[in-house]
Amino acid sequence: MSDKKETTAGGHSGAGLLPSLKAEVEQKNYLSRETLEGIAGQAGLPLNSVYGVASFYAYLPVSAVGRNVIKVCNCLPCEIKQASAVVEGIRREIGIGPGQTTPDGKFTLEMVGCIGACDQAPAMLINDKLYGNLTPEGIAGILKSY
Amino acid sequence: MAEKRIVLSNCGTIDPHNIESYLKVGGFKAYEKARRMKPKAIVEEVKKSGLTGRGGAGFNCGIKWELAMNAKGHQKYLICNADEGEVGAFKDKYILSNDPYGLIEGMLIAGLAIGARQAYIYLRGEYHPLNSLLVSAIEQARTKGYLKDMDIQVFEGAGAYVCGEESALMNSIEGQRGESRYKPPYPPQRGLWNMPTIINNVETLMNIPHIISNGSAWFSAMGSGRSRGTKVFSVSGDIARPGIYEVEMGSTLKKLVVELSGATDVKAVQIGGATGNVIPGYMIDTPLSHEAFLGSGAVMVFNSTRDIIDIVYNDMHFLNEESCGKCTPCREGTEVMLEIYGRLRQGDGKERDINTLEELARTMAAASLCGLGQAAAVPVLDSLRYFYNEYIDRIDQSQFLRSYLGGELVLSKEGIR
Repeated sequence: MSDKKETTAGGHSGAGLLPSLKAEVEQKNYLSRETLEGIAGQAGLPLNSVYGVASFYAYLPVSAVGRNVIKVCNCLPCEIKQASAVVEGIRREIGIGPGQTTPDGKFTLEMVGCIGACDQAPAMLINDKLYGNLTPEGIAGILKSY
Repeated sequence: MAEKRIVLSNCGTIDPHNIESYLKVGGFKAYEKARRMKPKAIVEEVKKSGLTGRGGAGFNCGIKWELAMNAKGHQKYLICNADEGEVGAFKDKYILSNDPYGLIEGMLIAGLAIGARQAYIYLRGEYHPLNSLLVSAIEQARTKGYLKDMDIQVFEGAGAYVCGEESALMNSIEGQRGESRYKPPYPPQRGLWNMPTIINNVETLMNIPHIISNGSAWFSAMGSGRSRGTKVFSVSGDIARPGIYEVEMGSTLKKLVVELSGATDVKAVQIGGATGNVIPGYMIDTPLSHEAFLGSGAVMVFNSTRDIIDIVYNDMHFLNEESCGKCTPCREGTEVMLEIYGRLRQGDGKERDINTLEELARTMAAASLCGLGQAAAVPVLDSLRYFYNEYIDRIDQSQFLRSYLGGELVLSKEGIR
């Protein structure tokens, strides 16, 4: 398990759980059963409750994802500025739709709720990096940098 | 008419990476002043100012603090809610990126008032790039000796809208699923780890140093009624200048979306995110206040090419996705509503849909556990009230389509086949 514990909060049980899960995702991309078992063992919690916590959060994937996760916002401000055209642009470029991963495991595409970049709609995150004012034509250049 | 920048007064003028630039503009003077005051005096000042919560609920901040101040507990906690997940909201991101020290100072004063020794900034996972900026700002404040009374830690969320709801947020810090809790007890009595806890929005806390420095009378002179001070809005959608604007409470919607944001064609405005009020363009002279419409400050503008059914469908899609699933009215209600809106927009609406939507909306508003389910009904009821004809049109079209296709309606992702 990672030693990058961001919080301990005076020894309260459970306080470090979310930071540990996040640190694992940062390192290994997703939470495998083995990873979850390891965290559960360390925290002295049953596996199902650790899985229950992880699977609740959108940014703690419990099944394999690509090395880079593209998160396209599909909430109102982005949707009305043609977020769906951006998704089409991504499909043309790397051949995957929402929920899919490229065969080489390089990219996963997801549709997500508001990412707080409505002034730059349509917008997306690749991993943690924000891209705004997207056009279907501009997608190729962005994806090539990965 | 221009903006009135109080909360945002340092945004763009100081260097967010360097505490010296904040000190140069009088930073932490309010904290020094508050340290010479009794907690009760701080609470009284905030109470008298009339400052209300800026996250959407609009509860009087001073009264909330008083509850925590008087509550018994060997430890008390302060949490800054920076889980800005409301659709169309990006004001807190702007504040955090530009003036982290103002927030730290506001938190330190709040800590003095309620007697907290430990504070958290709950930062939404989507804002991960801001984490290092906040940590650096906290460390600089620590080096300057400002964190002697209370420590501040950044706690990052992991992509769950409902964690902006205060009880779900506390569960998330405690390492649980971010589900809402039954209330009472309320957080000022029993919150994080069952201890008295105050949870304030970023913008609420940003107001505190100004109130302590300039006094409650100065603050309450702005605005009217229960709505005092200023409000920061994030405006997006069909406008020329999307962005962040701070205006005095009670300013009109017209000032915000037409004069400042440059809208020229306003069919509807949704105020307060996916659970916000949907109001028609002809009501643009309405004031922005707790008494009228306010929410968390997310304002989305739609022009006459936009379809109201599509808008509410998108709202419901989001809310259904983000419902934590703990209570039945919200979990099942958003599901059924999404199904109905999906049919309406695909040309398979039925007359009884309107009654079903109304009935569901009222049940959800009355019986849901937290604000998500309670307020999910708002855009539904508002759109039925102000845009009833669009529902009727969709249902009429659906009836025509069914008769035309002889009942052989095939729905695909793309629409009618």
